[in-house]
Amino acid sequence: MSFSRRSFLKYAALSAGGTLLAETPFMGAKARAQAEGGKARYVPTTCEMCFWKCGVVAKVVDGKVVKLEGNPLHPQSLGKLCGRGQAGIGLLYDKDRLKVPMIRTGARGENRYKQASWDEALNYVAEKLTTIKGKYGAESIALFAHGSPGTYFANVVRALGSANISYPSFSQCLGARNVAWELTFGEAPQSTCERVDMANSRVIVLFGTHLGENMHNSQNQEFAQAVANGARIVVVDPRFSTAAGKASTWMPIKPGTDLALLLTWINLVITNGWYDKDYVNNYTNGFDKLAAEVKHYTPEWAARETELPEHDIVEVARALGRNAPNVMVHPGRHFSWHGNDTQRGRAMAILNALLGTWGRPGGIWLSPKGKLAKLTEHPAYPEPKRDSVVFGDYPFAGGEGLTNVVRETTISGDPYPIKAWIVTGTNLLKTMPNQEKTRKAIDKLDLLVSIDVMPTDTVMMADVILPECSYLERHDGLFGIETREAGVAIRQPVIEPLYQSKPAWWIGSQLCRALKLDDYAVKGTWEERMRREAKLWNIDYQELADKGYLSIPGSAAPYFTADNPPTFKTKSKKIELYSAELEDESFAPIPKYQAIEQPPAGQYRLLYGRSQVHTFSRTVNNQWLWELFKENQVWLNAKEAARLGLKDLALVRLVNQDGINSEPVRVKVTERIRPDCVYMVHGFGQHSPAMTRAYNRGADDQHLISKYKIDPICGTTGMRVNFVKIVKEA
Amino acid sequence: MPKYVMVIDQSRCVGCMACVVACKRENDVPPEQFRTRVLEMVKGEFPFLRSELRPELCNHCDHAPCVNVCPTGASHKEADGTVQIDRSRCVGCKACIAACPYNARYINEEHGFADKCTFCQQRLKVGLKPACVATCIGGSRIFGDISDPKSEVRRLIEDNSHRVLLESAGTEPNVYYINRYPKKLS
Repeated sequence: MSFSRRSFLKYAALSAGGTLLAETPFMGAKARAQAEGGKARYVPTTCEMCFWKCGVVAKVVDGKVVKLEGNPLHPQSLGKLCGRGQAGIGLLYDKDRLKVPMIRTGARGENRYKQASWDEALNYVAEKLTTIKGKYGAESIALFAHGSPGTYFANVVRALGSANISYPSFSQCLGARNVAWELTFGEAPQSTCERVDMANSRVIVLFGTHLGENMHNSQNQEFAQAVANGARIVVVDPRFSTAAGKASTWMPIKPGTDLALLLTWINLVITNGWYDKDYVNNYTNGFDKLAAEVKHYTPEWAARETELPEHDIVEVARALGRNAPNVMVHPGRHFSWHGNDTQRGRAMAILNALLGTWGRPGGIWLSPKGKLAKLTEHPAYPEPKRDSVVFGDYPFAGGEGLTNVVRETTISGDPYPIKAWIVTGTNLLKTMPNQEKTRKAIDKLDLLVSIDVMPTDTVMMADVILPECSYLERHDGLFGIETREAGVAIRQPVIEPLYQSKPAWWIGSQLCRALKLDDYAVKGTWEERMRREAKLWNIDYQELADKGYLSIPGSAAPYFTADNPPTFKTKSKKIELYSAELEDESFAPIPKYQAIEQPPAGQYRLLYGRSQVHTFSRTVNNQWLWELFKENQVWLNAKEAARLGLKDLALVRLVNQDGINSEPVRVKVTERIRPDCVYMVHGFGQHSPAMTRAYNRGADDQHLISKYKIDPICGTTGMRVNFVKIVKEA
Repeated sequence: MPKYVMVIDQSRCVGCMACVVACKRENDVPPEQFRTRVLEMVKGEFPFLRSELRPELCNHCDHAPCVNVCPTGASHKEADGTVQIDRSRCVGCKACIAACPYNARYINEEHGFADKCTFCQQRLKVGLKPACVATCIGGSRIFGDISDPKSEVRRLIEDNSHRVLLESAGTEPNVYYINRYPKKLS
């Protein structure tokens, strides 16, 4: 390919400040294609390699997608993509993709299917759903979802008359965190991203938040900026994470004792007067009760309980106080650890409140102003005849629902049977703790439908498999994006769907029609609906389609100012240091420390986390990511390894407290972890042979997580409560 | 004529591998082969640890051993300071691979020629920075023309204490690493 001097000049002109070389020049799809003489086509769209919703610009040559780049106009990507985002092409052209609709012919899990036409498959599903609805009621149909396809199938399930819809993102991930901050500030600390003002922060405390391994694009860009700015990084983590490598203080805390450290910091901040007095006086309630309640959490006690140096405990509290309010205790993301998680989140929120970080530079910024109107084009959904089960008996369960309660109900049939599961975008066997229960529940079903791109373990249990096309082949959205400013983003096809795969919106709509619920099907195409939505929002659709993202001017108001005075959406309209709402439901209104069970001698607490190049189990078969990280290893402290006579890369099995054996897995002997726990990257040990690269690679942490502890406040499943011993593989 | 160099600020590297994947896509590098890598090294004993994340690539040396040993003249130094390979002249003898002290080269197994990082020459020609730099999440890789006194790379090299890899090999690399405690003593 030859390039002209003219195009060079164009790029140079496009780059900021007239520097010689540009990074990712993008003024819109048409302008860029023109600058290059039209050989390549560019399509801006939205990534779904994870759920951060980065803006992508796809380059297409001769009908093939050849490169993905970050959209510089989009605040979640800022011109860059992580390794996973770049590897989206690996998903698009993965030879193992689901290609045609399939109906099961053998026993569940036997991998025997017949190919079906779309009509045949959809009619089969519709008939089964109609029968189940007639026999057991509409509420016996449940949806599990993650990501954008959930929208279209929630519509189907609601139209049928069921509200049994749940997203593992609540119960198995960040639910307890959001509930804790809602109870304290009236609002979750997250919009499209965590609202952390790291670029302006002087002290950043991370509790097990694996920035660098948890590769949320713009958040990591800002973390690197904070490090470059000289912000003090404190990492509280039993494992020396990538982020710990950036920290001035690594606090290798004894797992499960985080609340002891937090309550002690609250005590230190109060008794030493390091809190923001005006802020606390003006905007919080319950300060005196809090001060009295935390008085007995002394640094000496915390040092014993957490196994951290007392000096570090006091010194970090002082650094927080001295630099407040331009500091943060990062709210974290994956939060379902030990089953007492809401109270841990409360303590983090309370500490932030005392330091005055909410609405302050370097702390937690405020969500942008102005909400986008909701476009509704279908009749109201029928009111379910029986209450949904998705909130269980947990008074603070969130709107995303509790997957674990739906599963329990499916097994027990109490208060009513659940007989059909529609599963999309989530690999439940790898997502939910206790696989035995997931299998038991699936055994009770009359129908399991999977809509997905890849033949995951859960997909290969389904009765009907509907092949969804990848995010690079479909319309989704429009997406309201809330970073410091509000904006709108688009997902649009870069190429037409490959094989017989179809966009989820089409599958959902066709299913509505097959169920004779035509009023709930989309009118025309989804793109036409997106155009109507753009019109409702006063957005120029053509411009959006050309640029991928448009910001809403004047929407940013990240800090409290004279023009933007503090308001809190709690019941008392103040920050609730003392939670009357929790008290009303007989929970501790101020968090109290209770020691959790520790592993017996010879066993280790099982910790799990992320690789920077994988998203749960979603990406393990991707050629470009697989070659960088083919299988997980189990991290073991070097002294423990020596004691057990295990050399680096020795092959072992882990056996948990219930006698469950892991797949064979290699040991990573390391100084980077405490001696009382082991760690592995989540998402490996795929049993579906249809995932040819990932098949039988590494060990499945979720298989070992047979035990889980439910948070009594909001019903989320604490999953860091399993103990394993290590057995040498012969 | 510009002289291209890369400056790597390791403190900003988050080890995300975006550069590695971007390079593979941009340059169509065969499966399981790489033109760049990010090494993670940890020193010390629990709990007193220090880690280093070090992106590595071809150093585009001024005294390039790969160029000196190449029997056909395929490996050569260009006027912009980069070391390039003329694929049509490469016979795949692997002398350059043995000579390179940085382990930066490989034989492209699909086509048989030696290959390595080109600083994304095809992008430089149209005024774009290398793919790894454009997507570097941490802003750890900085690229530019060291002969331009106003360039960011020039400023970074002048303002910070820095090093090159295997300085004693006398290769005079053009990839600079900013030291962990970068401020120069006045």
